[in-house]
Amino acid sequence: MSTAPGLPMPAGRSSAVIRADFFQRFLAFGALIVLILFFQAWCILIGTNFLTFENFVNILVATAVVGIMALGETFVVITGGIDLSVGTVMTISMVMTAVAITSQHLPVPVGILVGVLTGGLMGLANGVLIARLRIAPFIATLGILNVARGLSLVITQTRPIYFPDNPEFQSGVMGNVLGIKVSGEFGIPIIAIIMFAAAVIAAFVLGKTALGRYTFALGSNEEAARLSGVNVANWKILVYVVCGLFAGLAGVLSAARLGSAQPATGFGYELAAISAVVIGGTSLSGGEGTITGTIIGAFIVYVLTYGLQFVNVAQEWQIVVTGVVLIAAVYIDNLRRRQRA
Amino acid sequence: MAEPLLEMRGIVKDFPGVHALIDCHFDLFPGEVHALVGENGAGKSTLMKILDGVYKRDAGVIKFKGSEVEIPNTATAQRLGISMIHQELNLMPHLTVAQNIFVGREPRGHLPFVLDEKGLNENAAALFEKLRLRLDPRKRVSSLTVAQQQMVEIAKALSFNASILIMDEPTAALTDREIDELFRITRQLRAEGVGIVHISHRLQELKQISDRVTVMRDGRVINTIATADATIEQIISMMVGRTIFEATPEVPEVTNPEVVLEVRNLNRGRAIRNVSFSVHRGEIVGIAGLVGAGRTEVARAVFGADPVDSGEIFVHGKKVKISGPIDAVRHGIGYLSEDRKRYGLALGLNVETNLVMASLQQFVSRLGIVRTALTRVAAEHQVKSLAIKTPSLNQKVRNLSGGTQQKVVVGKWLTADTEILIFDEPTRGIDVGAKSEIYHLLNALAHEGKAIVMISSDLPEILRMSHRIVVMCEGRVTGELTAQEATQEKIMTFATQREAAA
Repeated sequence: MSTAPGLPMPAGRSSAVIRADFFQRFLAFGALIVLILFFQAWCILIGTNFLTFENFVNILVATAVVGIMALGETFVVITGGIDLSVGTVMTISMVMTAVAITSQHLPVPVGILVGVLTGGLMGLANGVLIARLRIAPFIATLGILNVARGLSLVITQTRPIYFPDNPEFQSGVMGNVLGIKVSGEFGIPIIAIIMFAAAVIAAFVLGKTALGRYTFALGSNEEAARLSGVNVANWKILVYVVCGLFAGLAGVLSAARLGSAQPATGFGYELAAISAVVIGGTSLSGGEGTITGTIIGAFIVYVLTYGLQFVNVAQEWQIVVTGVVLIAAVYIDNLRRRQRA
Repeated sequence: MAEPLLEMRGIVKDFPGVHALIDCHFDLFPGEVHALVGENGAGKSTLMKILDGVYKRDAGVIKFKGSEVEIPNTATAQRLGISMIHQELNLMPHLTVAQNIFVGREPRGHLPFVLDEKGLNENAAALFEKLRLRLDPRKRVSSLTVAQQQMVEIAKALSFNASILIMDEPTAALTDREIDELFRITRQLRAEGVGIVHISHRLQELKQISDRVTVMRDGRVINTIATADATIEQIISMMVGRTIFEATPEVPEVTNPEVVLEVRNLNRGRAIRNVSFSVHRGEIVGIAGLVGAGRTEVARAVFGADPVDSGEIFVHGKKVKISGPIDAVRHGIGYLSEDRKRYGLALGLNVETNLVMASLQQFVSRLGIVRTALTRVAAEHQVKSLAIKTPSLNQKVRNLSGGTQQKVVVGKWLTADTEILIFDEPTRGIDVGAKSEIYHLLNALAHEGKAIVMISSDLPEILRMSHRIVVMCEGRVTGELTAQEATQEKIMTFATQREAAA
């Protein structure tokens, strides 16, 4: 590929980029298929069936919250950073939505907005700490993780907030698309559609807008971007805000799903989200990554979790397995980069 | 030629402890290629970085197109039409060619926030057409050769409608064919009236490309002459014509015939090409060359810090396999990095701990406990014999002077019974007084029978210390000189001997 073709060029992206993306997606997608077939084989051995519509719906619902969180995390990881706070930012967003709807008696749409914006605000805090005060992302977001976690407990006085007066909130998220039942009691859950819609928006922002372009530029060579006159600090802050907004949305959906704000949940979700991002082929060293990859990565994480549960593997072992999978994904990322170097 | 495009008068720049630029004059006419040459550290890049707004001058005047200008930052330079291509490429490897060129200035589409990718690629294609470059705007930069990346940098620099283009060592990483392509573009730009500053170490290529040449040395502009009137020998003598030594160099002693270290046909990519040399007992072999000649790469390869493609290493005539620093240390080879703070010392630990760092195994009892009584004796011995100036063995190394730190690194290797010592720029960052102490130490070590390799960019230092001098250029050994026959001019000639010109 050392000699460049002459001008003018045909439209379309260069073959090298397409091939790299294809490989990346294929690897993750292939792993997802293999995983599903693996559980199906296991189920046949113990005399049941994994490939049912019910399981499909359950996995969709289980994936949605962390999947949306992982979309924002993808932006951060592409810049070469990390956001450890998404799990508990989700929690405080959930709590703020609940506070708005219950004690403040605000309409549900406003409550949703409050939740999402709470996430954005926490993201802004992360971004300012990292881009302006130059605190390492790992530490800054670890700090915000605890701030958000603690505030959630303070606001709720450590008790869950239920909202029995707003059943439409839960049904609007957990109900079936158009109320249609596809199989038995099960239809396509609205929450899954929200996840896919969020993914489409994320992919558009990443691929078509200035924010997306600078997300890659920061991760690829921050100094070069700075020397080219890009306002590196502001764009980086915006990336963390975006990540926070997605975590906020995840919080709102989580509240609707549970019919309550649970101040003790969320902690640990960040690892599932980061696993999804990395398994999806986004490089921890920055500069590359895709939304499709992240969504596939999220499904891998939850097919694994749900599958192990379905075949009755003890929960303790499920935790061990997810840890091993995360390490394996990072190792594969290392191998991939070493090959390219 | 009409009015100069640029005039720099009386430029002064001080860095802490260094006069980087002293009363420098430099001018540039439209449609001219002006070469800027000098040894490492002569001030070439500093002078041009002032023009590009990277550094602020301490005194002097810059006139651009006849009127005085202030250039406080790179953005101002770009607005004026001054673009600089830095020595290190500044590209984003994951982005495409067009995305790199227009980063920060992307054309926007009809919707808010959305980029016009098609317009972006068309702009880049138009730019390439103008430069008659064959590059695909949609290609990822990481998939390009170094030369193509260089072209992207040039295209990016010119996309600001530059009337002055500064290229800092543009040919350092290029092959001959790629240099031809670079020169074609350079000539084309010259014909269009762009003023080009070409910083280079490679004297042969100046003859091909430049109209005038300015020689710098020790922060001063020595002379500016028409290239056609100058011979390469003249330029070299202007580059090195200094005498910084108070005393005449010590005459090296006759060396022992016993070969301690021999390196045969070492290869790694383009960085190390067929490098062979040997070091005798009690001998100091200097490795001279310009930055990027591959000297440090060879040292690291011999020490096992980096892998090699091929080559053999013999210690005392026996072939040894060195696949990592552990092997090197076992065979009595020690490497003293030029960046001793980063690679040579544990700054936060005390003198004693640092001195026994490479040989701790000797001092550990069978139960894995460090015998502090023994380490103390060993450390005391080194402090005394090397005259390490420290208040106590418990002093943290961070608090010692540069010269003393260097001695601690030497002491570390001596405690480990190292026979072969590879010094990489041993006096860099050490003040003049401490330098002579390091020189005494090197001589004493050689006298004791150690085999010493000394890499240095400081020619007088090489001449003063070495029994033999190996000169490198572009990863190859281009010459070997005895102390008697070596002169600065001869070394420079070998050090700038590019493959085609050889």
